[in-house]
Amino acid sequence: MSAMVTAPKPEAHVKHVEVKKEGLWSRYRLPLLFLIPALLIIAGFFVAPVLLTLAISATNMSVSTGLKGFSWIGTGNYQEILHSPWIPMILKNTLFYVFGTLIVFNVGLALVIAIACAFIPEHVSGLIRMVWLLPRITPSVVYVLMMKYMAADEPYGILNQLLAPLGVHPQNWMYVKPWLFILALNGLVGASMGMILFSSAIQSIPPSQFLAAEIDGASNWKIIRRIILPQLKWAILFTTVYQTLSLLTSFEYIMLTTNGGPGFYTTEVWSLFAYHTALSNYYGNAKFGLGAALAVVLVVLGIVISFIYLKFFKFRSMVTDPKIEINA
Amino acid sequence: MLQSENRKKSWVPYMILIPITLPIVIMFVWLFLASISDRMTGIVPEHLTAKNWTFLWQPLDGGTTIWPYLANTCIYAFLVMVLEVFIASLGAYAVSRLNFPGRRYFLSFIIILHAFPIVTLIIAIFWILKTLGLYDTVAGTVIVKVAFETPFALWIMKGFFDSVPWDVEIAAMVDGASRWKIWRKIVMPIVRPGLTAVCIFAFLTGWSEFLIPYIFAPNSTSATLSILVNSLMSEADKANYGLVAAVGVFYVIPVLFFYTFTQKYLLHIYSGGVKG
Repeated sequence: MSAMVTAPKPEAHVKHVEVKKEGLWSRYRLPLLFLIPALLIIAGFFVAPVLLTLAISATNMSVSTGLKGFSWIGTGNYQEILHSPWIPMILKNTLFYVFGTLIVFNVGLALVIAIACAFIPEHVSGLIRMVWLLPRITPSVVYVLMMKYMAADEPYGILNQLLAPLGVHPQNWMYVKPWLFILALNGLVGASMGMILFSSAIQSIPPSQFLAAEIDGASNWKIIRRIILPQLKWAILFTTVYQTLSLLTSFEYIMLTTNGGPGFYTTEVWSLFAYHTALSNYYGNAKFGLGAALAVVLVVLGIVISFIYLKFFKFRSMVTDPKIEINA
Repeated sequence: MLQSENRKKSWVPYMILIPITLPIVIMFVWLFLASISDRMTGIVPEHLTAKNWTFLWQPLDGGTTIWPYLANTCIYAFLVMVLEVFIASLGAYAVSRLNFPGRRYFLSFIIILHAFPIVTLIIAIFWILKTLGLYDTVAGTVIVKVAFETPFALWIMKGFFDSVPWDVEIAAMVDGASRWKIWRKIVMPIVRPGLTAVCIFAFLTGWSEFLIPYIFAPNSTSATLSILVNSLMSEADKANYGLVAAVGVFYVIPVLFFYTFTQKYLLHIYSGGVKG
């Protein structure tokens, strides 16, 4: 092998070697061999489930009907959703959860960290970014354990201990201020993505712009407002779209903490409601059909937002054709 | 990074960053202190002790020791890693280096899948696993996890293959090597650093996974550490969080260890993953 590589032949300079072959099979055979495992898993766990979710949503499938004894009920589940008395509350919760986390943490806090990090030496800002990635890489159960303890009632809770000198009455913050807790819980994980994207966007601003601004006597605040923020426009837009979708569909952290409580549906969001309806036996009769109908709403939103997401890529340059056309 | 003209104000960023970053540091300090103390008053430990760590050689409350859980977690994470990296690196080579009709569509499709929240499909996946007889099995949870991660891994691996110089491949091809052989013998060794990072990343996401085993294998006899921590957490009362914290530390240490060593790569993967 190495001998071939070390002795380049004249042909090696030909960038575009093209060999025409007859028949579809010979063109597809090799790529197909490479792609078959990926295609199988995509067909089995993306394409089929999307279609199945649609199909199941049109049935009354539940624990009592079993997976086979169901009957088709058309749009019955969707009508049940429309007329459900809980839906307005769950919708309100979902919007509050998604946009609250997004604005305060995933974009807001991420911007503050990224911009503040731009004004301190590289090795310190690297350390801070590393700390902020910790909640994301920590297994969810351990992260939740720490957050629960942070919010716990006295004498165990850390937050109460820190707030005591300020005269704040000690309480279990997870139950007293469940939304504050849920937003922080998701936000401390979510902020790191925006932080990374914004930081690398700031780093790609030509230093000459900062230099010119400083020579002109611009204050740091002006530099942030007039130079940094305008150039973060796309990164902010991208983070917003991406995180809207992931917040809308993620329920793991809520499930592990308040599980929709305290009380009745206080922090129940759409995705958690779909999961509870379909797969949690806590409510007795798990209704796969109704749960699937609830999931369809998210699936459709997911597909729409994914297409928007696709537009954010500099797509042409990423899918340029390979330079070798020999599939042998 | 920026040279501030006003050096007197260089403390301002720190005044912002330190208070907002402190809670995360405190959380982890608490976890480690709680694991070696009888009980905690806020962040202050009372009576340092090793008794929380006796689970290393004594059975836990449930009767078994921690080692089967550790073995299950390692097996799970390993299987996820091997399958995911194998499937992704094969597919990524095809979309990076081979030209076939529909390639662009397939790539757009992968990007869409990469963004698509597969967690919305759990009800249908539940049905599929039940029908295939894979519900409550390790195989089922591994396959679902691999499916969750493959579009992402494929996209990252494609980026690595894209950066391999064409000349190397053309030279080998001129000498008569097949694309299959080139993939195995030339391209894969060149991308080894990136491949290592993807492997570690895949292993760690498998290691940390909670939702998939929790939903799709609730009665499994091969429960992983995440399931153990969750059930210990729901059993323990607040005064007795020492054991949970100790098991939590035991569970999180490999993650932190690999993280500090591969931090640069992981950052690249995280940002590369969403930027392309």
